[in-house]
Amino acid sequence: MTATVALTETTGRPAPMLQGYRFELVKLLSQWRIRLLLLACWIAPALFVAMVSQQSVLPTDTVFGRWMHATAWSGSLVVLGFSCAWVLPLLTALVAGDAFAMEDRLGTWRHLLVAVRSPRRIFVAKAVASLTVILLLVAGLTVSSIVGGLIAVGNHPLVGLDGHLLAPGDATGTVLLAWISVLAPTLAFAAVGLLGSVALGRSPMGLLIPALLAFVLQLAHLLPLPVALRLALPSHAFLAWRGLFTEPAQTDALVIGIGVSLVWTVVATGLAYRLFLRRDFTDLTYDGSGRRIVVAGVLPLAGLVGVTVAVVAGTTSAEGTGIERAKVESSLTTAFGHLYVMQTEQLNRPAVTEAELQATASCDRGGDRMADEGPGHDWRCVVTWHLPGTTATGNAIYQLDVTADGRYIADGDGPKEVNGYFQVRTPLGDSPNPLWQLDGNVDLLARNPKG
Amino acid sequence: MDTNRAVTARAITKSFGNVVALDEVDLDVDAGQVHGLVGPNGAGKTTLLGLLLGLAVADSGRLEILGASVGRTLAVPDGVAGFVDGPGLYPSLTGRQNLSALASLRGYDGRRVADVDDALEQVGLTDVADDRVRGFSLGMRQRLGLAACLLTRPRLLVLDEPANGLDPAGRHHVHRVITRLAADGVTVLVSSHRMDDLAALCSDVTILAAGRVVFTGPLSKLAAESGELDYRLLTSDRRTAHRAALGTPGLHVVPGRDPGRWQDTEALVVRGPVPALDELVADLVRDGVAVRELAPVIPPLEAAFLALTDSDTGPDGLDEGDL
Repeated sequence: MTATVALTETTGRPAPMLQGYRFELVKLLSQWRIRLLLLACWIAPALFVAMVSQQSVLPTDTVFGRWMHATAWSGSLVVLGFSCAWVLPLLTALVAGDAFAMEDRLGTWRHLLVAVRSPRRIFVAKAVASLTVILLLVAGLTVSSIVGGLIAVGNHPLVGLDGHLLAPGDATGTVLLAWISVLAPTLAFAAVGLLGSVALGRSPMGLLIPALLAFVLQLAHLLPLPVALRLALPSHAFLAWRGLFTEPAQTDALVIGIGVSLVWTVVATGLAYRLFLRRDFTDLTYDGSGRRIVVAGVLPLAGLVGVTVAVVAGTTSAEGTGIERAKVESSLTTAFGHLYVMQTEQLNRPAVTEAELQATASCDRGGDRMADEGPGHDWRCVVTWHLPGTTATGNAIYQLDVTADGRYIADGDGPKEVNGYFQVRTPLGDSPNPLWQLDGNVDLLARNPKG
Repeated sequence: MDTNRAVTARAITKSFGNVVALDEVDLDVDAGQVHGLVGPNGAGKTTLLGLLLGLAVADSGRLEILGASVGRTLAVPDGVAGFVDGPGLYPSLTGRQNLSALASLRGYDGRRVADVDDALEQVGLTDVADDRVRGFSLGMRQRLGLAACLLTRPRLLVLDEPANGLDPAGRHHVHRVITRLAADGVTVLVSSHRMDDLAALCSDVTILAAGRVVFTGPLSKLAAESGELDYRLLTSDRRTAHRAALGTPGLHVVPGRDPGRWQDTEALVVRGPVPALDELVADLVRDGVAVRELAPVIPPLEAAFLALTDSDTGPDGLDEGDL
């Protein structure tokens, strides 16, 4: 536009940021879909935990599922595990993925621009309002799952993923920390949702992008990927919170996972912001441009994965899949020792310490023809320990199903009174045998214990 | 700078890719005037209104709104309100909530409730103020959009098809509001496909065709541009009226012309300048013939529109969409 002389520039003041945020929040909360989600997140987990905790068959294939009858905190962690897999990406899709597309569907962009007078403020208000609603939903999941468990089961110690007991107070703090830690990947998915919503306009694909990304990343996590690549994915923190439930806590992977998620949050939000400011709002039928999405969205994020892989590989001890024989043996030995002590107390036998047990494990994967590393259900371990009060040793066999993320289920196959049967006879009656099946977690980033 | 001007546009050009939406457009709208903007589909009306509302910036040219120069950034000056392509409303909110949110965004919190109620009353939506907009008819949405504009106490009101979807009563209501605003000194720029609306509301009109201004000025001047019009004449004595028309210098009786949609045989269609029509009416009154109706078969604005835009379609054939 040509310059004008002696005329003041236009002085339309943008709407106050707080008012813009409040308006976006009102719009979100007035949608029946969001109200339904809030209701579900604040009620459904409590009902689920309360009901499942009372069942005779527990979801033992889920981390902490086998302890749902024992403590409220297990129920909350089962909900957390399920939420990380499906619920949180879906929530971000429905909230952040629709934040901008909603205006395209309603044809209200022009009205909003005239009212707010600042595309920048519109973007910030929408992003923060979406974040607020997502936090409300996550808070609902957390509070509801804990309350449901406390009412149905009670506040009891929690068995960690290495078999050690967390006192109720410690369990409270650690469970809350686990929920807080998954906010980082949730934010990353929300940012991707914002990006999809800005880039794809009225197209429903914008809404699906976080869910689609979650599905693809879930598939990736099932594969025996190199640790560096696994840690460079924005969803790794959705799994890494499990490391909080070992002693010492496996915090390295969690910290890296949270860091990567936050970087994704910043980059994806920045890309969305850039796309939004460059958008032509005179086009009412904007459905996004495939080329633009690839150039301004997919390629930068793919580049981010590449850079993150290089940084993680260069700054950590990450090697291969991170699952090696020595790590599996160490993890199983620790878990067995902790749970043996627990079983001893349960059976009212003379107290024994882990030091007295001197438990060791010897593991092999798939026989002599296979290298003893990587995920698989063909790990076989023999645990040996010193029987308390004697010079004899005991042996118990475990079949391990180790998944690519380091989690394993060890299925006992030894003496009936140790790990050969699912129940043990206690002075109070039959109880679940803690050594029959146990959950564990291999620290993918730990240095080889024998190396 | 002319302080009586609400809008001054000079050589405004705006393109979308290879499509030139506005080509060296000049526009002057005086303060307090109701100015009509008319043109066929693709003429550039919506683009021009969008520039005035700060939804887009021109590629070149000079634009001053309410005495302020419009720069390159997307921004709307203070005192400007309006909508293009229909008002932006949120169906999950009530009418009152929509307006309250707008008041809040504009920083009118202190006087919000009273202003919202007043705006709703002005457009006749007080009774449905607490209903969700999802259930509103198109006409009600238009009126709520107008209420949203009133809420900001504009000095320049830019309206795109404000009577779209309104029944006659609703249209009359909107006309009253616009007329009252103009009386209060508010400048109103209104685009419409309804020539009768523009004729009833506007003092001046601008006609756009293919991104260019083909006419701008007062309605009376436009009527003159349309040349001699056909008029439908309904009297108490057709035979006498026919004879008188033939005897009036400058007037012609149009033979075989369908006098109107009523297909009545009592009406005549005559063509000629306005002074000749005046003379004919005087003669008829002198002869004791009652003149029951004398009106253009095609309104002057519509006739001028068709003439200036070389349009083959009548106004009824025009679509809602525009560039």
